[in-house]
Amino acid sequence: MTKIKASMAGTVWKIVVSEGEEVKAGQDVVILESMKMEIPISAESDGVVKRIIVQEGMFVNEEDDLLEIE
Amino acid sequence: MNDVITTKNLKEEILKGGHPKYHEKNKEQGKLFVRERLKLLFDDNIEFEDGLYANCLAGDLPADGVVTGIGKIHGRTVCVMANDSTVKAGSWGKRTVEKIIRIQETADKLNCPLFYLVDSAGARITDQIEMFPGRRGAGRIFYNQVKLSGKIPQICILFGPSAAGGAYIPAFCDIVIMVEGNASMYLGSPRMAEMVIGEKVDLETMGGAKMHCTISGCGDVLAKTEEEAIRYARNYIRYFPNNYREKPKAEAPKPPANFKKEIDELIPKNQNTPFNMYDLIDCMIDEDSFCEIKKLFAPEIITGLARMDGQPVGIIANQPRVKGGVLFHDSADKAAKFISLCDAFNIPLIFFADVPGFMIGTQVEKAGIIRHGAKMIFAMSEATVPKITVIVRKAYGAGLYAMAGPAFEPDCCIALTTAQIAVMGPEAAVNAVYANKIAQLPKVEQAAFINQKREEYREEIDIYRLASELVVDDVIEPNELRSALISRLHAYMSKYQVFTERKHGVSPV
Repeated sequence: MTKIKASMAGTVWKIVVSEGEEVKAGQDVVILESMKMEIPISAESDGVVKRIIVQEGMFVNEEDDLLEIE
Repeated sequence: MNDVITTKNLKEEILKGGHPKYHEKNKEQGKLFVRERLKLLFDDNIEFEDGLYANCLAGDLPADGVVTGIGKIHGRTVCVMANDSTVKAGSWGKRTVEKIIRIQETADKLNCPLFYLVDSAGARITDQIEMFPGRRGAGRIFYNQVKLSGKIPQICILFGPSAAGGAYIPAFCDIVIMVEGNASMYLGSPRMAEMVIGEKVDLETMGGAKMHCTISGCGDVLAKTEEEAIRYARNYIRYFPNNYREKPKAEAPKPPANFKKEIDELIPKNQNTPFNMYDLIDCMIDEDSFCEIKKLFAPEIITGLARMDGQPVGIIANQPRVKGGVLFHDSADKAAKFISLCDAFNIPLIFFADVPGFMIGTQVEKAGIIRHGAKMIFAMSEATVPKITVIVRKAYGAGLYAMAGPAFEPDCCIALTTAQIAVMGPEAAVNAVYANKIAQLPKVEQAAFINQKREEYREEIDIYRLASELVVDDVIEPNELRSALISRLHAYMSKYQVFTERKHGVSPV
């Protein structure tokens, strides 16, 4: 199981996957908004989204967990 | 020792290195014998050595654990020092240190590059009085490195450990190439960490190649194998002159790689939407000419050597695909060192700016983003090589400054038609100026008011308006950018500038 972390501080703008969904390495799973920019966060490996930890609109710090992939 | 010492059989023994069991150990770890490494590094082999017979009467310390000499890379004379890990784990005795100091002095006199092939456990504690504290002790190696820095290229390939004081050899080199799994840098070993501070940690986590190339930034290039590391070093030196008095040599020009899209199609019109800056770089440079430095560290900024029309250039580009291309303390650090490297060796700089600014917030303030950002601006200001700035899309706030904005004497500042230069973007600016006004308006009127103000703001910072005010020197269609850059690079070749007169600046660190 791997945890996808926020690459920088910002607000969760869009969660583009749902729990149980299959994802491929490199695929965007969450888009943060920070410094008025869209910050795509992608999966590091293939797997299934096990749990989404954050909600849209939440503030996250760099290195905070966003979701779990199995 | 043989009863009858003859030069021939003694030399043969020395060339074999340490005891066979250490050669076996090397093999198990996927390491090559130092003389194999040298064969790969040079066009042919090392041409001659000094001090081959160092400590030859000791019997078990062939060459005193280090090979120093001269050979040719792409036909150019270069000096080398290479630890032999089969001789007391490449540790340093008195003669080891003296040999390293002497090859540094030779490289200085010959004004040629110096390669450090490091694989050493550090000082021989038993020899410390002779090799540690004195005038020609190990400290002199680092003193010499600092003196040679920017005078001749100093390249480090790290094949094994570089421990304690030895870890400063890579630290003072222009570039550090690390072999994954075997290379490590650390001041105190995991065993020492446990004894002295109580930390339980393994070597790979604490000082391994991957950690240094991704997190600490002490490593510049992560290589999978020794062969790959040596290939990288041989390619890297082609972008450099032999010393600071010479210019790098051009190679045969090549067209850029074929790219599936037109350049103007790959740059999104919406400033807030990311795109992959590598695609734009591929369209600008000669095919297969990108030699990236610190690819895995602070990837929100891209730094690398390349060729345009055969001419070596240094590229600094924001990467909107990672962290929005925002500048962080690590990205500023990375850019500062790269700029200083290119400036030292007369390699022209091209900045591709697409930057929302420096990161804000508590985390980065605590990390000292202001002084790290100052380092980048300091290095960029001091650079007197041809300096070309391309505003690809946005260049907001101090991001414009750090990316060689007009005030920092670039030879030209070119804007693409997609460029937007401002203190901040329209969204942030309208909020900043009209926050109170917006709050007072009835809810239904707010959106219309905001849109109207944003539109006015966009007109205010329209790129042709900035061109009319002579803020930028030219506005160019993306598809014409490569040929425009090449013309300017050729024209700027004769640039000579002394930044200012003084002893030296007080660099922010």
